[in-house]
Amino acid sequence: MNPVVGTALAAGESLPVLEVRGLRKFFPIRQGIFSRVTGQVRAVDGVSFHIGRGETLGLVGESGCGKSTVGRTVLKLLEPTEGRISVHGEDITDLDPIRMMPFRQRMQMIFQDPYASLNPRMSAGAIVGEPMLIHELAGRGEREERVEALFERVGLGRRHMNSYPHEFSGGQRQRIGIARALALNPELIVGDEPVSALDVSIQAQIINLLMDLQDELKLSFLFVAHDLAVVEHISHRVAVMYLGRIVEVTDKASLFETALHPYTEALLSAVPVPKARARGRRRVILSGDVPSPINPPTGCHFHTRCPYSMARCRTDAPELREVHPGHWTACHLHDDGVRFPLASPAAA
Amino acid sequence: MDHANSLEQGFAGGGVPGAGESVLEINGLKTHFFTPDGVVRAVDGVSCEVRRGETLGVVGESGCGKSVTALSILRLVADPPGRIVGGSIRFEGRDLLAASEAEMEALRGNDISMIFQEPMTSLNPLYTVGRQIGEAIALHQGASKREAMEQAVEFLRRVHIPEPERRAHSYPHHLSGGMRQRVMIAMALCCNPKVLIADEPTTALDVTIQAQILELMREMQGSYGQAIVLITHDMGVVAENADRVVVMYAGRKVEEAEVDELFDRPGHPYTKGLLGAIPSLEVAATAGPGRGRLNEIEGMVPSLANLPPGCTFAPRCGYATDDCRNAYPPHREHRPGHWVACWHADRLLGEEG
Repeated sequence: MNPVVGTALAAGESLPVLEVRGLRKFFPIRQGIFSRVTGQVRAVDGVSFHIGRGETLGLVGESGCGKSTVGRTVLKLLEPTEGRISVHGEDITDLDPIRMMPFRQRMQMIFQDPYASLNPRMSAGAIVGEPMLIHELAGRGEREERVEALFERVGLGRRHMNSYPHEFSGGQRQRIGIARALALNPELIVGDEPVSALDVSIQAQIINLLMDLQDELKLSFLFVAHDLAVVEHISHRVAVMYLGRIVEVTDKASLFETALHPYTEALLSAVPVPKARARGRRRVILSGDVPSPINPPTGCHFHTRCPYSMARCRTDAPELREVHPGHWTACHLHDDGVRFPLASPAAA
Repeated sequence: MDHANSLEQGFAGGGVPGAGESVLEINGLKTHFFTPDGVVRAVDGVSCEVRRGETLGVVGESGCGKSVTALSILRLVADPPGRIVGGSIRFEGRDLLAASEAEMEALRGNDISMIFQEPMTSLNPLYTVGRQIGEAIALHQGASKREAMEQAVEFLRRVHIPEPERRAHSYPHHLSGGMRQRVMIAMALCCNPKVLIADEPTTALDVTIQAQILELMREMQGSYGQAIVLITHDMGVVAENADRVVVMYAGRKVEEAEVDELFDRPGHPYTKGLLGAIPSLEVAATAGPGRGRLNEIEGMVPSLANLPPGCTFAPRCGYATDDCRNAYPPHREHRPGHWVACWHADRLLGEEG
C-alpha cells in the first residue's frame, strides 16, 4: 500500500474512510465573445490527506486558500481536475452520477449558511426526510418515525417538524441541516464552516452537538473552517492550507505547541486570545495580502510574505514531508533537520 | 489630572492631555424601533462614559444593541422606524440629542468619526479613494481641493498603504479588504477626531489581516491619542485591545470593568458563560486527545419586542432565582470600577476570588 499522508496507518487497521491524493481543482477563466480560456484559478493545487473512522480532520486557512473547494471536490460536487479520491479504498474519482449514488449516502455535507441551504418552501420535517425519499430508503411511516427521532436527537423536538425555515433561528436552522446530513446514516460528513455564521453561545451548542454525534455514531468529519480555535477544539488532526496547498498537517497539540511552518506560526499568533493581560502580546504580523491564486508566486507560495524566506524558496516548491513522526510540513527551513523554534539557527 | 491614574491607563492613555477625563457620556440611552410587530427595545437604558485616549470595548452577540448604541451617538438611526426615546448623550459637555442637524453634520467625521464592518459598502464605488478622503478634509477643515488631495495621500501613507500617490487614484474595488479598511481608517482619522467609533472593524477580514488592522489602530491611537469605542463580538479582540469593557445583552449593559478585571473575575453570569463558550487554542491543544465540551448558554437571546419580565437573562441563567424573574437588577459598582447588573453578582465575584 502507498504511504498515506498524515499518519501512517497501523498494521491491521482498516482503510481510511476518505483518502485524497494529489487533488487539483482548477477553474478556467473565460473571456471574450468566444469564451476563450485565458487563465486558470488554481484553487486546489496538489492536496493529499486521509481521514480515519471516527476522526475529525480540520482544514483551516484564510479566504481563497481553497479549503471549501477541497470539501466540495471530495464529495464530487465539483469534478476534480487531477488526483484520486477513495472511500474505504474504493476509487470514486471517475464514477458517474448514478454510480456515485451509493457513495453519496455515505458522505454528507453541512453548509455554512443555514439561511441559504434550506429550501424556504419545504417544512423542516420534509427537508430532513428528503434524502431518504431520494435514496428510496424507507416507506412513508418509517421515514416519519426516523425524521422524528432525528429531530429529537439534534435537540429540536418533534413539534418543530411542520414549521418552515424562516420560523427558526440561525442555530436551530443549523440543527435542521445536521439532522438532514444524518438522515442517511453517513460515515463521513463534510462541514463547510458549519458554525461560522453563529453567535458564540449558539456556536458552542452546535460544536458540542457535533462532537456528541461523532462519539455516538463513530462519524468521520472533514471540518472546514477559518477559525483556528474552533478547528483546534473540534479536530483530532489539523491541516493548514495556504493558496491551494497544505503547508502543515499534524495532531492539534503538536500544531499548537510546535508549529513547523511559518504560516502556521503567524496564523497562531494572529488569533486574539480572550484572556486577561493579553494586551501588548508579541506576535508575528505578516505583511501584505494573500497573492492571487490565478498567478501564484513561484516556488513556495508563501515566500512573498514569509519572514524566513530564503533564495531556495523563490524557485523550489517544498514538498509536504513527514519531518517528525506524524508531523508533516512543506517548508525548506527543515531541509537540513527540524528547526524549532523557527527563528532559531538551523540545526547542525 | 491624577497622574498615577493616567499611567494606569497604560499605553493608550499615556501622553494624552486630559487622559482619564470623560469625553463622551451616555446616560440612560433608549433607542426603540417602532415596527408592525411592536416596539423593539434595541437599546434600553444604556449608560457609559468614554474617557480621553482610552479604548472602550463594547462586546455582545447579535442583536444586543451594540451597533445601535454607536449609531445613536452620531444620530444615524433611521427614523422611522427607529427613534431615540430617552436619555442623553454628551460630547465634551454638549448635549448631542439637542443639537441641530447642521451641528451634527459638523461634528460627524470631525469630532467623532466611525468605521464600519464592511468597508466596501461604506466607500463610494464611483470616486477614487483619494477624492473620498479629501472630501472630508475639504469639508471640515476648509482646505482647497489640491491641499485636500495632498493630505489624503499623506494619510494613505500613514496607514501604510504602499505607493500612496498611485493608490489615491484607485477606486475601492481595486483594493483588497484589508486595504479598504486602511482607507476607512485614513478617512476616519484625517480630521483628527477625539472619538473614533469602530463597529466590528475587522470582522470581515482574515485573521492575519485583522492583526494588521488592529496593530494599525493601536499605532494611530499612539500618535493621535483619540479615544476608541471598539464594538465587537470577539472576546479575543476585546482582551487584546480594550482598556475597559462594556458587556451588553438584550439592549442593556450588564457589566462594565477594566479589561483584566473582567477576564479575571466576570461578575455577570452572561459574561462568565460567554467566556466559557469560546473555544480556546491553548485549552483545545492541551486538553489531550479527548475534546472537552464547551460551556453552553442554554436557549437563545429573547426577542427584543417581547422581553421577559425581570432580568432579561434569567431564562437562560443557571443562577436565576425568583428575585431575578421579578425585577431587573440594579447596575451597581461591586468592586472599584467594576459594575454589574445582577442580583447574584457578589456570589459570582466571590467564586472567582
